[in-house]
Amino acid sequence: MTPERIRGLLVQPEGRLALITLLVFLLMAWLTPDRFLSVQNLTSMAFQFPEFAILALAMTIVMLTGGIDLSVIGVANLAAIVAALLLTQIVGPGVAEHGTFWVVVAMLAALAVGALAGLVNGVLVAWLGLPPILATLGSGLVFTGFGVALTGGSAVMGLPAEMAWIGNGRLWGIPVPLVLFAGLALLLWFVLTHTAFGLKVRMFGANPLAARFAAIDINAMLLRVYVSAGMLSAVAGLLIMSRANSAKFDYGSSYLLLAILIAVLGGVNPYGGYGRIIGVVLAVLSMQFLSSGLNMLGVSNFARELIWGSLLILVMVINASPNFRILPRGWQPPGARQGPPG
Amino acid sequence: MTRWREALGRNETLVALVILAFVVAATLSDPRFFSIPTMMDLARASIVLGILAVGVMVVLVSGGIDVSFTAIAAFAMYCTTLLLVTYMPDLPWYGAFAVSMAIGATLGAINGILIAGFGLPTLIVTLGTLAIFRGFLLTFVGSRLISNIPSEMRDFSRMMIVRGTNADGSFYSLPWAFAFLVGVVIVTWVILYKTMLGRAIFAIGGSVESARRVGIAVRRTQFFVYVYVGALAGLAGIIHASMARVANPFDLVGLELSVIAAVVLGGARLIGGYGTLTGTLLGVALIVLVRNSLVVLGIPATWQMVVIGVLILIGTGLPAWQAKRAASRAA
Repeated sequence: MTPERIRGLLVQPEGRLALITLLVFLLMAWLTPDRFLSVQNLTSMAFQFPEFAILALAMTIVMLTGGIDLSVIGVANLAAIVAALLLTQIVGPGVAEHGTFWVVVAMLAALAVGALAGLVNGVLVAWLGLPPILATLGSGLVFTGFGVALTGGSAVMGLPAEMAWIGNGRLWGIPVPLVLFAGLALLLWFVLTHTAFGLKVRMFGANPLAARFAAIDINAMLLRVYVSAGMLSAVAGLLIMSRANSAKFDYGSSYLLLAILIAVLGGVNPYGGYGRIIGVVLAVLSMQFLSSGLNMLGVSNFARELIWGSLLILVMVINASPNFRILPRGWQPPGARQGPPG
Repeated sequence: MTRWREALGRNETLVALVILAFVVAATLSDPRFFSIPTMMDLARASIVLGILAVGVMVVLVSGGIDVSFTAIAAFAMYCTTLLLVTYMPDLPWYGAFAVSMAIGATLGAINGILIAGFGLPTLIVTLGTLAIFRGFLLTFVGSRLISNIPSEMRDFSRMMIVRGTNADGSFYSLPWAFAFLVGVVIVTWVILYKTMLGRAIFAIGGSVESARRVGIAVRRTQFFVYVYVGALAGLAGIIHASMARVANPFDLVGLELSVIAAVVLGGARLIGGYGTLTGTLLGVALIVLVRNSLVVLGIPATWQMVVIGVLILIGTGLPAWQAKRAASRAA
């Protein structure tokens, strides 16, 4: 590669992110060489990250429209709780006979819950015109609240053995969660870049008024965006449930911040209009390397939260300052349009 | 006739009616509900929530949102208590309050620099600083609760405006801390409605661009707003610790959604430029009722979150839908 070519790559946010991901990986491998690079650690990472990575995909698609979904965790847990209750309470002991069948039914039920929750968000945002922050804040409370009300606040346990496969099993030697994440990321990439729907999403995010004058059916588009986000959240909820072997209303409560952080770190513009799946995937990987490495260095959960928060602010500051010294001259932040504060 | 319909469409009226209905229903199901001790308990429960809500309302009016204020409150409260216990146990309570407010204002200034200085989106910035403040507190300052709080703070929590015994022998009292809520409301009212600064806050909430063109220092105003919220959070935090007689670093965080719920129920709009103190206080009253007295209506406490969520959606959805309908009619 010529220096010109490398410079060209680094001008893109994704190029810089690839560099950051590589640096984090090397740093962690250097700090804890024997443990970080072990096969055991690499596989355990492949099992860990897909659950929040899929939530980040849900966040990404909503952020592309200039919105935000604060209810992803609420939807994920509610979907998991419904699936778990279906398996343990409604089917009950009979589940052992046709385990796989009932697990599939439970998963479909979880997806339906996710779609329904997304539909609620979509109706609130598109038809009633609520700001996405408020709509999903309120609906997130409602979804989490239903989870509390359905379970009385305790964890649902005693899931059939078949449920463990999606979170802990392997497909052709590859961890199932990783396969699932790769598949969903590819699907989302295809939808966003190769379909009319994807173009509409990005157009609306870049300029809502122009999109309306281009005769795009905005309400239908937003509805589909939020339903997709809800279903992606439900998949994440199923993974969390399978790996924890139980379902509870407050699982993964730190994932909301993480999902937003990953989307922003991945170069998705929170004002909408710009964002690429490859950036999100790279951001996920760098976060997992960082998280796993810090874990090995014995850093507490609280310190990790501190590091995540600092990273989020740092990335936002760098992306917002076109004249930031580290960056090559003439670099413009993605979608350099000045948005309103808020 | 139209004025009636206008008044009915206002959030304040709706919230007041819901509160009234709640109180009537609660009294019917349990006559003991409508009594001085219950009202005093509710007033006591609304002190910290109310001070925080007033701060959040000012941010919403300026067109932003802040979710980090609970972390600021916990941070200021815990650091102040630790400082007092270790170095100056004899500092009078108003000294402790000043220290806590100063810490809160400093943390608020960090938000202010990021938002006003760099022009970053307020929700994402404050989500980040929420994690930073909380992470810093629990990693570097301490994660153990302090139960031997300075005697000055304890004495403050014993100062009562009124105290007495009801006919059935139950005690009731209202601490002086309530006066701080009243004070905060008065000061904020003066700032918002009697100063140029207040006009500027409403103006940038309405439209940043217009505000800039009429010569308002947008950045300085935004910076002030976040410092003010920080200081109020510091005050709420130290009052919380004094009244609980323990400084728990895990307290308060998690309360932010309830506070924001109270403010938006009261009619403050997320797009900025609109919000009233009356509405905010009514919103606080409703949230306090739901958090403390839902059981009286025969609704299990586990449904509390659902009720608050539905209230947010109705409280914000109704005006949003009306605005949308009005806009499409005008078009």
